[in-house]
Amino acid sequence: MSKALAATRTLVLWCPDWAVAAAGIPPEVPAAVLMANRVEVCSRKARAEGVSRGLRRREAQARCPDLVVLEHDPGRDARAFEPVVAAAASFTPRVEVIRPGVCAFATRGPSRYFGGDKALLARVVRTASRAAEEATRAGAGQGGVRVGIADGLFAAALAARAAVNGGMVVPAGGSAAFLFPFPVVALERPELADLLTRLGIQTLGELAALPAADVLARFGPDGATAHRMARGLEDRPVSGRTPPPDLVVSRELDPPAARVDTAAFAAKALASELHERLQDLGLACTRVRVEAETDHGERLSSLWRHHGPLTAGAMAERVRWQLDGWLRGDVPVGSTGVTGGAGAAGGAGAAAEAPGWEEATAGIVLLRLAAEEVVVDHGRQLGFWGGSAEGDERAARALARVQGMLGPEGVVTAVVGGGRGPGEQVRFVPWGDPREPARPIDSPWPGRVPAPAPTLVPSPPTRAEVADEGWINVRVTGRGRLSAPPARLSVGEGQWEGVEAWAGPWPAGPIPGRRRDGSGLPAGSGRRPLVGRGGLRLM
Amino acid sequence: MALSQALPRPAVPELRELAGRARPISLARDRLLPVLPALADLLPEAGLRRGTTLGVTGGPGHSGATSTALALVAASSAAGTWCAAVGMPALGAVAAAELGVDLAHLALVPSAGPQWATVAAALLDALDIVMVQPPSLVRSADARRLSARARERGSVLLVLEPAGRTRWPEAPRVRVRVEGGRWQGLGRGHGRLTARQVEMVVDGRGTASRERRAKLWLPAPSGGVERV
Repeated sequence: MSKALAATRTLVLWCPDWAVAAAGIPPEVPAAVLMANRVEVCSRKARAEGVSRGLRRREAQARCPDLVVLEHDPGRDARAFEPVVAAAASFTPRVEVIRPGVCAFATRGPSRYFGGDKALLARVVRTASRAAEEATRAGAGQGGVRVGIADGLFAAALAARAAVNGGMVVPAGGSAAFLFPFPVVALERPELADLLTRLGIQTLGELAALPAADVLARFGPDGATAHRMARGLEDRPVSGRTPPPDLVVSRELDPPAARVDTAAFAAKALASELHERLQDLGLACTRVRVEAETDHGERLSSLWRHHGPLTAGAMAERVRWQLDGWLRGDVPVGSTGVTGGAGAAGGAGAAAEAPGWEEATAGIVLLRLAAEEVVVDHGRQLGFWGGSAEGDERAARALARVQGMLGPEGVVTAVVGGGRGPGEQVRFVPWGDPREPARPIDSPWPGRVPAPAPTLVPSPPTRAEVADEGWINVRVTGRGRLSAPPARLSVGEGQWEGVEAWAGPWPAGPIPGRRRDGSGLPAGSGRRPLVGRGGLRLM
Repeated sequence: MALSQALPRPAVPELRELAGRARPISLARDRLLPVLPALADLLPEAGLRRGTTLGVTGGPGHSGATSTALALVAASSAAGTWCAAVGMPALGAVAAAELGVDLAHLALVPSAGPQWATVAAALLDALDIVMVQPPSLVRSADARRLSARARERGSVLLVLEPAGRTRWPEAPRVRVRVEGGRWQGLGRGHGRLTARQVEMVVDGRGTASRERRAKLWLPAPSGGVERV
């Protein structure tokens, strides 16, 4: 048995008939909560009248005519249970809510702090009962609160159920013995329990006595889990409700920031705040969302990726570049620019925005940074004398800055993958994204154009015309042959030139079929059909 | 941690001084980026000197400028330097890889539009080699600024120009020109392209003022660049 599955000392807090109590029904009124016309939960009084779980509505009402019937409402149960969870959370922050009415936590720390399991139990019962009473507005709840402490969640839950007077502590290491007399039905696996009973295995003790391997072989993984539970081992550890880390920082800007440097100043503080928060959690951010709201109610948002963890400075830089893109129209030329000379070199006054790039029309009133993707921070190892790592870092920053000007698609790297034509083999990946080819490179690509590849691959392909000696356009026949040997060539409606040598055509598709009339060779098919004077190549 | 504990306290300043001495001093010849062996003796310093601007022009009737630029960049790219190509939307990545360019260290800015000079300046700041194909005639103020930036940051600026149409108003320090390209391997209706023979002419100012020319295979039948 792996160590991870050894039982953790666990406390289970159980409020009996919680669904009824949550509805605010006093204990002296017989009541039942129905789901799909069958009794799901009923009060103690109703139970005394003969109502039990699984009865139809009519049958239950026949047994107990003054039964109060309630509809099943898990939201109500959960809402009412929240104060009880909060009471439990005053002992330890890591409380796991199993379902409304039942919650659990590991007792190792709290038990030591409050002076043993018994002392902890008494305190939990007292605090939780008070919370439950207040939450249900029903005086002394339904059955009060029951608490069980044992090794493992399953044993602790059964201890809570078996508790007579508020609580029960199963001594450490005693879970197996405690579980021994319980019937197999307690596993809450009706099908398995039914099968076990028919096989003559009545109690958990009898199940626990079977060899683990045989149980797994006969009953499968579910049976193996049940077997572990019966032996007082853990089926799973209590996970606890860890409060989700808040990885969003925002700041309102008053007065609104219309200039990049004003907004960037706030962004710098925000970035270091987010970075500190991440660092406290031992995390590093690889993708950050920058959001801004303007005075005109526009919401601008953009995502920045980085192949490595973003430092506070790098994050602030990216926000600045982003703001530069958004506020470019409002910025007086040369006030900040990208950085001095670079901003002025292209005539920053031109303020030409890349297509599809949003822009703010008013000052920014709210700035928000959200860490969208975090990784465990392993730190960064720089080269000994700076060296190549420094150069890489510089290059990465410059390229990210250009992305800030042109949009993320503005800077790409080429990845060569599988494919036949030189254009088909290449995929352009935005800088910072993982470099993965579009098609697998190791598959065979019959008919692939052999090296050397052309240095210019226009996309879309340039139109070319091919004519024979008599100035008649050369065509490709249905059988994939040329109508006449080509003699003249014109690329992109340019001048006609003579053809010195040629080969082909090589049909790109499975069947050449009919070609566009007059265009001659399958231009753009990724083939190299002809060579003209001066070695011009057609793609 | 362990190191600082193991060493006596005064060792740290000594180490710092040693680090200062051991830091490579950049000699003029160290400021060279390597080129392919076939191109080495064509260039005045047998390599691309950092901080310079090179003009690359294609021959008449066809371009050839892109292949030449890629061939010039290939060796240093393979050695791990960072390169970028600005305003070259049709650049054939497969051909670049065949010539030895490391595509992972080649950033492409296919269409920078009117902002190309800003983009090029930003990239010259941090990258080792920037190839630029200006979309139109370059204003001399922009040209001077870009050259100055390359000089200041120790990067190499390669300006690609179409044959016969000058777009770069300044005379670059080194000018590489391609003349008379001839393809091999293709007959009338059969064969396939295997290699191209070109004549490369290098001239310019200063150490490059003496004209050098050589016949090259670009690309050679085995791929890469070779002398004829």
